[in-house]
Amino acid sequence: MTTQTLQSQQEAAIEEILEAYPEKAKKSRAKHLGVDAPEGVKGACDATKSNKQTVPGVMSQRGCAYAGSKGVVWGPVKDMIHISHGPIGCGQYSRAGRRNYYIGTTGIDTYVTMNFSTDYNEKDIVFGGDKKLKAALSEIDGLFPLNNGISIQSECPIGLIGDDIQAVAKAYKKDSGKPTVAVSCEGFRGVSQSLGHHIANDMIRDEVLPDNSYKKDFESTPYDVAIIGDYNIGGDAWSSRILLEEMGLRVIAQWSGDTTYKELTMAPKAKLNLLHCYRSMNYVVRHMEQEFGVPWIEYNFFGPTKTTESLRKIAACFDESVQAKTEAVIAKYTAMTDKVIAKYRPKLEGKTVMLYVGGLRPRHVIGAYEDLGMVIIGTGYEFGHGDDYKRTKDELVGTTLIYDDVNEYELEKFVQKLKPDLVASGVKEKYVFQKMGLPFRQMHSWDYSGPYHGYDAFAIFAKDMDLAMNSPVWAHTKAPWESN
Amino acid sequence: MQDVENIVNGQKLFLKPEYQEVFKTKQQFEGHAGATNPEKVIEIAKWTTTWEYREKNLARENITINPAKACQPLGAVMAALGFENTMPYVHGSHGCVAYFRSYFTRHFKEPTPCVSDSMSESAAVFGGLSNMKEGLRNCKALYKPDMIAVSTTCMAEVIGDDLNAFVLGARADAEGELDGTPIPAAHTPSFAGSHITGYDNMMNAILQELNPVEDREIVKDEERINIIPGFEPYLGSLKEIKKMAAMFSDKIVMLGDHEEQWNTPAGEYKLYAGGTPLDVARSASSAKATISLQRYSTIATAKMIKNNWKQDYITCNPIGLGGTDAFVMKLSELTGKPVPKELTVLRGQLVDAMQDSYPYMHGKKFAIWGDPDFLLGIVSFLVEMGAVPTHILCHNAPRKNWEKEMQEILAKSQWKEECNIWMGKDLWALRSLLFTEPVDFMIGNVYGKELYRDTKIPLIRIGFPIFDRHHLHRYSISGYEGGLNLLTWITNAVLDALDEETKGIATTDFFFDCVR
Repeated sequence: MTTQTLQSQQEAAIEEILEAYPEKAKKSRAKHLGVDAPEGVKGACDATKSNKQTVPGVMSQRGCAYAGSKGVVWGPVKDMIHISHGPIGCGQYSRAGRRNYYIGTTGIDTYVTMNFSTDYNEKDIVFGGDKKLKAALSEIDGLFPLNNGISIQSECPIGLIGDDIQAVAKAYKKDSGKPTVAVSCEGFRGVSQSLGHHIANDMIRDEVLPDNSYKKDFESTPYDVAIIGDYNIGGDAWSSRILLEEMGLRVIAQWSGDTTYKELTMAPKAKLNLLHCYRSMNYVVRHMEQEFGVPWIEYNFFGPTKTTESLRKIAACFDESVQAKTEAVIAKYTAMTDKVIAKYRPKLEGKTVMLYVGGLRPRHVIGAYEDLGMVIIGTGYEFGHGDDYKRTKDELVGTTLIYDDVNEYELEKFVQKLKPDLVASGVKEKYVFQKMGLPFRQMHSWDYSGPYHGYDAFAIFAKDMDLAMNSPVWAHTKAPWESN
Repeated sequence: MQDVENIVNGQKLFLKPEYQEVFKTKQQFEGHAGATNPEKVIEIAKWTTTWEYREKNLARENITINPAKACQPLGAVMAALGFENTMPYVHGSHGCVAYFRSYFTRHFKEPTPCVSDSMSESAAVFGGLSNMKEGLRNCKALYKPDMIAVSTTCMAEVIGDDLNAFVLGARADAEGELDGTPIPAAHTPSFAGSHITGYDNMMNAILQELNPVEDREIVKDEERINIIPGFEPYLGSLKEIKKMAAMFSDKIVMLGDHEEQWNTPAGEYKLYAGGTPLDVARSASSAKATISLQRYSTIATAKMIKNNWKQDYITCNPIGLGGTDAFVMKLSELTGKPVPKELTVLRGQLVDAMQDSYPYMHGKKFAIWGDPDFLLGIVSFLVEMGAVPTHILCHNAPRKNWEKEMQEILAKSQWKEECNIWMGKDLWALRSLLFTEPVDFMIGNVYGKELYRDTKIPLIRIGFPIFDRHHLHRYSISGYEGGLNLLTWITNAVLDALDEETKGIATTDFFFDCVR
């Protein structure tokens, strides 16, 4: 397909989709859809509206502030207990679904895949639940003596009925001497999970970073770094960490996949903060820069091209010994990833992909697909902001459809019009596209595979994309007696 | 490093020595007891298996740990999807809807349509009327539903949105776009009851909306019988119930038939599939009788039907042999027709199979958890097989009658003294029960997985949700064929466990029999 025809198809698809809406919604959605290309200025990446209220009545794929705080930022902190504070549902729906891998004895010294809930009933709504919360905190300490702190993750009603969880947490912290963090991440706050990330970051800033108890005895080295914004989905942070360590760096904290409270307190001791998911943790690295003077850089460990680029960028912040080791690391792994590319690229070359994910992935994974010769023709963010879209522009390779907070109706139509060879999005979308006979990969959970960060992980990514694209099952969709 | 000829994912990648080294290096920066004081972890782990811990654990009143229930609007979504071309519409935050859709989709491996009106801070302050006005119109324009079934979340309930007035207001403002589209609305606060309550409230609202009380007498159709399945995650059960009913009469209809919605064929994506046609639901009040297959998922609905429709309301629970027999006899009684030969044969085949397999279930102890009606059915089947339901845990146990009903089932067991009913308890409580009073097998949903890891008691996955095994929901657990499925799954799990226990070469494998 020539660029011109692809672009005109993309533009026509937008036009057509907008026609379905009533006037007000049409006007709003028009601002979230567009086309951009690497060349030229003021494309959709500059113009697209984002981080705005979702149009009511559509099947948005967005989550809520609670999901952003409990589900993303706090939930993976493994040695703390995170209370889903309010009615029973939120904690249940978000239990153990995100694949934040960790090492620990669950229920004894780590708790990530469990669900702690205050299970609000009508009485709690009417009379308030602060007493219940206080009692819940001591019950937890009685039954889980090895927990290293408790976070209270507010669900919608908490902020509406006027419970004072901050006061409860403060009093309990004083009595027990243990970290007790109240997070007001009620689901109705903001327009998506994004505000939940921000609120969660702010609570780390206010309640965790000032804790100096572990910092006193810490012996710094010039090579100390912290991984920030890696949730260790399927082990991503582990396959990242290994590269940094081989470069001669020392990873003193890992936020927040497979992390402990202690590591949260230690990040300010890093010489450099390495930020993977910009969207969910840029707030706290900015704070650490201002407050503790820790500089930060963004990196991208999807696919060998971006990984190599990022390793060099990181190494440039350190001395020549690190830089030399980095080149050795790159050489060692590139020999392997070259073979991976030789094996899989011929089977995937030229295949088109449409992405719809959250966080950093709508731009960060483009390079990994490119390494396999696959072409991204559409991408968008569930909960991105303007700075995410600006960063996306740098990653575009060809003319690309840009859709912000795309709903199921729009995504389905876009896919029907543009006919990509692969759709990469989340579980809610997965079976819609598989029904159409289209290969699909979940790019939130790595479709129960992974890790996808780093060189070793790229081999898995390539194998998974080949598996999805070249499985014989897609050929069975039409019955032999049905005409094409 | 990866071997390109044998690329492995995380499962085996992290077992490679270089990654084991990464884990070891990481420990020095970690603060959990596993890194700082591993002996303590062993000590506490052991303590959690004691009677002392159990007493502390069961005395818990304020923190729920690993629940076996969900919240109302989830059930409302299932009820709505049981009707043709119906869009479930949640008046609240889209975060809730993202959760409901993921939850069902992970269980059924199918898309789950549902919209929300994306209430946020401004709605919290000013109420959600404008969200609903815009939301209903957008929903209608994009997804062209024949009915929009509105339920609420805790947020909308706390701020006290006047649901019925909002729907009227939205309709009035819609410039005719919503005319002719029924919009039943149910209050489904997440802080009361559980997902089965939400199912009940939405079902009740839909049936009321489609069968408004009028002054005139309802003209009865003496042959028409309604069946309400309840919150039924086994699509095969719905299919089997319909098949059994059809053997008696073609005028028995299911109200809230969500079978096809979560079981569409490959080839084309359809937003809506199957479901009770709205016209059929509209004539529900003229039926001779309504049978609910889940008494405790249809409490409010039952009241409404009894009061408004003036017809017989009957509950059956066709899980297990006796429950299915009672259902069959009820159909025979209501239709005035003898039980078809085919059903007698199916029954005979199930009993035959039960008599083939009974030695393996007889006297085996089970722990089981789930929804109230599900438990009544499965426990009765266990008792019919001579198995011992040692721990029966119902987190969302109804306050009235349920315990008594369960006691009546247990009274038929020779081990009734050993059986315990745990109402309102969660799965962390069950962990203590399993350590202190162990059983041979567990029957329950995916959340039993961690109990299996900790206690080593094999988990037989029957329940909701099941995210980590495929296609079980396609089978029936109801009726005679469903009974056969239950029997097959349980018996073979017992035999699998027997093989596991006897596979020791030259130690236990004398009992590793090829014929059983």
